[in-house]
Amino acid sequence: MTDTASSTGSGHDPAAASGYPDHPPRMGFFTDTSVCIGCKACEVACKEWNLIPEDGLDLTGMSYDNTGGLSADTWRHVAFIEQRKPIGVQDPGLQHTGDVLAMAEQGAATPPADAAMNPTTPGQAGEFRWLMSSDVCKHCTHAACLDVCPTGSLFRTEFGTVVVQEDICNGCGYCIPACPYGVIDRREGDGRAWKCTLCYDRIGAGGEPACAKACPTESIQFGPLDQLRERARQRVEQLHGEGVADARLYGADPDDGVGGDGAFFLLLDEPEVYGLPPDPVVTTRDLPSMWRHVAAAAGTLVGMAAAAFTAAAFGKR
Amino acid sequence: MKRWLNWPVLRQFASTDPSGRGAAAKSRTSANLSPRTADADRIVKSVCPYCAVGCGQNVYVRGERVTHIEGDPDSPVSRGRLCPKGSASLQLTTGPGREHRVLYRRPYGTDWEQLDLDTALDMIADRVIKARGEYWQWQQDDVRTRRTMGFASLGGATLDNEENYLIKKLFTALGAVQIENQARV
Amino acid sequence: MAECHPVGFQWVMEAKARGATVIHVDPRFTRTSALADLHVPLRAGTDIAFLGGIVNYVLANEKYFHDYVVHYTNAASIVTEDYAGPADMDGFFSGFDAEKRHYDFHTWQYEGAEVQAASGERDLEYPDRAGGDPPSGSGVRQAGRGEAHGSGGASSGQARTDPTLRHQRTVFQILKRHFADYTPEMVEQVCGVPPEKFLRVCEYLTENSGRERTSAFVYSVGWTQHTVGVQYIRTASILQTLLGNIGRPGGGILALRGHASIQGSTDIPTLFNLLPGYIPMPHAHANQDRAAFLAAEGTDKGYWANMGAYLTSLLKAWWGPAATPENDFCFDYLPRLTGSHSTYETVMAQTRRECVGYFLYGENPAVGSANAKLQRLGMAALDWLVVRDFSLIESATWWKDGPEIESGELSTREIATEVFFLPAAAHTEKDGSFTNTQRMLQWHHAAVEPEGDARSDLWFTYYLGKRIREKLTGSTDDRDRPLLDLTWDYPVHGPLDEPDADAVLAEINGADAQGNPLSSYEQLTDDGSTTCGCWIYCGVRAGGANQAARREPGDRQNWVANQWGWAWPANRRILYNRASADPDGRPWSARKALVWWDSDEQRWTGHDVADFAATKPPDYQPPSDAHGPAALAGTEPFVMQDDGKAWLFAPAGLVDGPLPAHYEPQDSPFENRLYPQQRNPVRQVLPFKGKHNRMQPSGAQPGTEVFPYVATTYRLTEHHTAGGMSRWQPYLAELQPEMFCEISPELAAQRGLTHLGWATIVTARAAIEARVLVTERMSPIAVQGRTLHQVGLPYHWGHNGYSTGDAANELAALSLDPNVHIQEVKAFACDIRPGRRPDAAGTAELVREYQRRAGITDETGTEI
Repeated sequence: MTDTASSTGSGHDPAAASGYPDHPPRMGFFTDTSVCIGCKACEVACKEWNLIPEDGLDLTGMSYDNTGGLSADTWRHVAFIEQRKPIGVQDPGLQHTGDVLAMAEQGAATPPADAAMNPTTPGQAGEFRWLMSSDVCKHCTHAACLDVCPTGSLFRTEFGTVVVQEDICNGCGYCIPACPYGVIDRREGDGRAWKCTLCYDRIGAGGEPACAKACPTESIQFGPLDQLRERARQRVEQLHGEGVADARLYGADPDDGVGGDGAFFLLLDEPEVYGLPPDPVVTTRDLPSMWRHVAAAAGTLVGMAAAAFTAAAFGKR
Repeated sequence: MKRWLNWPVLRQFASTDPSGRGAAAKSRTSANLSPRTADADRIVKSVCPYCAVGCGQNVYVRGERVTHIEGDPDSPVSRGRLCPKGSASLQLTTGPGREHRVLYRRPYGTDWEQLDLDTALDMIADRVIKARGEYWQWQQDDVRTRRTMGFASLGGATLDNEENYLIKKLFTALGAVQIENQARV
Repeated sequence: MAECHPVGFQWVMEAKARGATVIHVDPRFTRTSALADLHVPLRAGTDIAFLGGIVNYVLANEKYFHDYVVHYTNAASIVTEDYAGPADMDGFFSGFDAEKRHYDFHTWQYEGAEVQAASGERDLEYPDRAGGDPPSGSGVRQAGRGEAHGSGGASSGQARTDPTLRHQRTVFQILKRHFADYTPEMVEQVCGVPPEKFLRVCEYLTENSGRERTSAFVYSVGWTQHTVGVQYIRTASILQTLLGNIGRPGGGILALRGHASIQGSTDIPTLFNLLPGYIPMPHAHANQDRAAFLAAEGTDKGYWANMGAYLTSLLKAWWGPAATPENDFCFDYLPRLTGSHSTYETVMAQTRRECVGYFLYGENPAVGSANAKLQRLGMAALDWLVVRDFSLIESATWWKDGPEIESGELSTREIATEVFFLPAAAHTEKDGSFTNTQRMLQWHHAAVEPEGDARSDLWFTYYLGKRIREKLTGSTDDRDRPLLDLTWDYPVHGPLDEPDADAVLAEINGADAQGNPLSSYEQLTDDGSTTCGCWIYCGVRAGGANQAARREPGDRQNWVANQWGWAWPANRRILYNRASADPDGRPWSARKALVWWDSDEQRWTGHDVADFAATKPPDYQPPSDAHGPAALAGTEPFVMQDDGKAWLFAPAGLVDGPLPAHYEPQDSPFENRLYPQQRNPVRQVLPFKGKHNRMQPSGAQPGTEVFPYVATTYRLTEHHTAGGMSRWQPYLAELQPEMFCEISPELAAQRGLTHLGWATIVTARAAIEARVLVTERMSPIAVQGRTLHQVGLPYHWGHNGYSTGDAANELAALSLDPNVHIQEVKAFACDIRPGRRPDAAGTAELVREYQRRAGITDETGTEI
């Protein structure tokens, strides 16, 4: 485990370390991509609930993925990966003849060099699968975005999730390069940073996030993180038992570079295939101590708050 | 001064949040956050209008406006889930894509004109009567047909049963036989 | 299913999690294939050969469910000795009339008995059953109608049977001979499916069917949209019946329908050939009264024998006190058919100015119907057009921005059509019921009032009717009597005086002479004392309560969940479920129990409502003079059928043969390997012959090579049909932002097409452009020694809305299934070339050039 800024104290209980002594269980997502049907209900349900602007029209050619990735205006993103690999006992018996790999390389989607989202990862001829995976903010145990936010806009909730407070964000953008997953982003024409809140408003009222609610096949599961991790472990075992040797968890390990993710995944291939970094590390781990940083943040906050009150004084009222 | 005491930085030092990024950083807005469906005046039971699976929907209304639509967990068909189209029902029903005015294009006209709904209904009634009469057939090849071939209808399959019933009933009584539906297509 | 019914697919995933094997047969590798255990790509348009191959496997290897087949199907029935099948008749069935291009079905009947069909073209039997002369004149006799044969009613006796199934003319033996040619090798030649893979499908399916296990088939319009669409589904029916998979839990053939109430639109049909509850619309016959109609169209046994009660109650619902025994309950008020008046015949009539007014209720034919150009040309010839929709769809604006305006073929200033656009209310703005794909009615409640001029279709239709009636008040013209006598007075409510949908549902449900709501169609009478707007919906307001609005949460019910909504008929969730029990009334197996005979209570009981007379014991034998339901024995579960049996062989009701036979699609690059006859000989093409609907050479004909590929159209998860409910929504539009085609890397290489570049797809009708997605999900397949490439075309787009593109339906021809008049858009030959199409005028020239190269005339492809 890395000795990161925010790992002081109980690194595995971020809510407790963040001033919530009697907090509810840490909540998160388990996205089981082995049952994802790529319907994108999660993308739309998220946008409808959170009133997120549309992202524009762009036929990307990356299989059925015309969203491209997570952004300020996309908090759930379904990746589609077409590959030559069997899935379970699946065997479509496609009859490709000739040097189709070369043809595919010439014609299909992203060049293999950009293998992160390559729809035609070379494999054995005659075997084919189409992977789909709904990506989301990981709600890291050690969240660099949180560490670098100078305004206190990004904060840790009592559920252990990481949320941007739009009433506070000043659009400084420090969080953007800090995120090891490239999740958080500034919205054009607005300037503030936006990302998945794990539907903080909904879960605060005992509900579940909009994406998990909509997901037709329970690929997106919401619940107490420890329960999700246990369920995921069993699911991997089951898949291994069924011969799906590729099944593995991503982001479920509390000892990884971010202390484990609040939103973790069951993948059927290497993370890179899905556009996920193989070994994410909290980008603020080398900071000597959190206190120096917090002091800086506090200073900024005092200034900002004073400015805010001044502005209010000259406001409408 | 009470507001100052709620100020995150002060709360950070005064509270149990040594990180300053948790409870101490929580803004007033965040603290008062509640789902926008929480203050709905009513929740109306509905059914998704897209495909024929028939997923249950809960429609949230506040101030006589629909504020949200999502899956009805009670439904044994859908168990609260919706696909992307069903999830876009709020945009379908309240989005900017909808036209709310009667529009009229006169013969040889180059653009739409606006028309009063009642006038439109009256004009359409006149045209039905005329087309019906001009293409009326009491018989064809000496066999009684008692019908008109003057007008036709093609309905989408998002029509309610009650709507289909009235369409079939009225148009059949008018003698029309070319009454069709997406179910043929 | 994952593509177009994602939320329904959760149940497939549940089944899979419990060990079910999921097989996906589709030309394309889709989101469904991605989750299936086995994906079987095949050549589009060859499913009868594929399914027929499985039927052959089942029969040849004796994998059928013997007891089920003997007791519950017509396998033992003996067919007339005049019957001959396509294997012996060069691809035709007996009874073909080449001049009239239709079949006389009489040789398909049982020996010694004539049966009427429970659905389909029941009017075929009119002259036999009602007597009198056949209608005369070519105008009356149109495509899709049977020929009259003799006169005087044929007697419906007891069909000869041979329960040993050995007699050479039993349905069983005929079936065996008929499908004997559908070998694995033939399947490979026709469908391009390798024998090993085909046999795996056969093994999976048969190992999972029988007494202890059941398998289900799921299809969508991939089966209906063919010139042999009905026979596709017939083939699946034969297979599922042989395997004992009908009427049992986990079995069945599930039509996954694509619109919220497309099932309802068929039950309470806005369809030319039906009255509510599948009562046929009367065809024109001399001196036809209600009795003649019922004698002809009803059955002798089973529930269709009670058609008189259903029809009379409908007439009473519509014409109330005006319908009396003296005036035959206003039966004469019903307009009469003379052949097919389907939407496609109507379009042709529009182009000839024989139909001058048109209502579009939430439908976008300029994008969604086959041969989109003909749809627009039809509308351009109208006097008036009423479009009721949410947005300005292509069918509302073609007069100013359609492709024909761009090409100069039409000029806005010369189009006389008056167009009314009336905004429609959404489902959240009105009360009403949808009938979902499992025949279940669910009520949706109005949440808010519609804004502006938006109104429900209920409101529009009601007030249009009132307005017309007001204008015709006092008329003495006899043709106005049906309108003026119509019961047309519904309570209204709210600020918009919205008609009360629940009152309309009450009329549909029906009432007794005192006005009390009925609870079952068994209560309907033919003496005028009951009303009922749709007999199969009788009971939906049982006890005066709206049963469709019931919402007992699913987790508080058993797995049948029949306290949620209301399914017709009688809230049964699985049709023909008497077949889930053995002839003695015991479940075939404990794990597949659904309904069974309780001998203590002397009634049928179980998890579902039994689809059988509740107190008819399994050992009931009808007296010889019995009629209707009482004439069916306690072991005859298919209660709508004239003989109570599932029909492996259809002695009546179909116009293109009693058994399915593989024919090539209308436009096909391949010869028919099974029969010398290339195409369905009675497919419907002649009414549509002409320069805007040209067909292509097929098989071995010269010019076929000009269109070497096979296109298939389909939907994507992210859009809805012709786009009216999805292309205007940014959240959906951004997920699939424009029209594209899907092709294999090999085809890309062969035609010089590049990923994300443009392609132009050409048929004899049109050329469209699409962005190119090169994907290995499109797999080339080996057919008859050559490699076939298929082109995938989503059909959602048009040029209005936020997400736009060319409409795939521009390419399709009007070539229809002769039974149901549905267009063939799931398989047609095409060419594909790199680059964008020229402008509209240039595109027209390009299509003409292709026609010249292929030697196409108006006659091409219209031969038998």
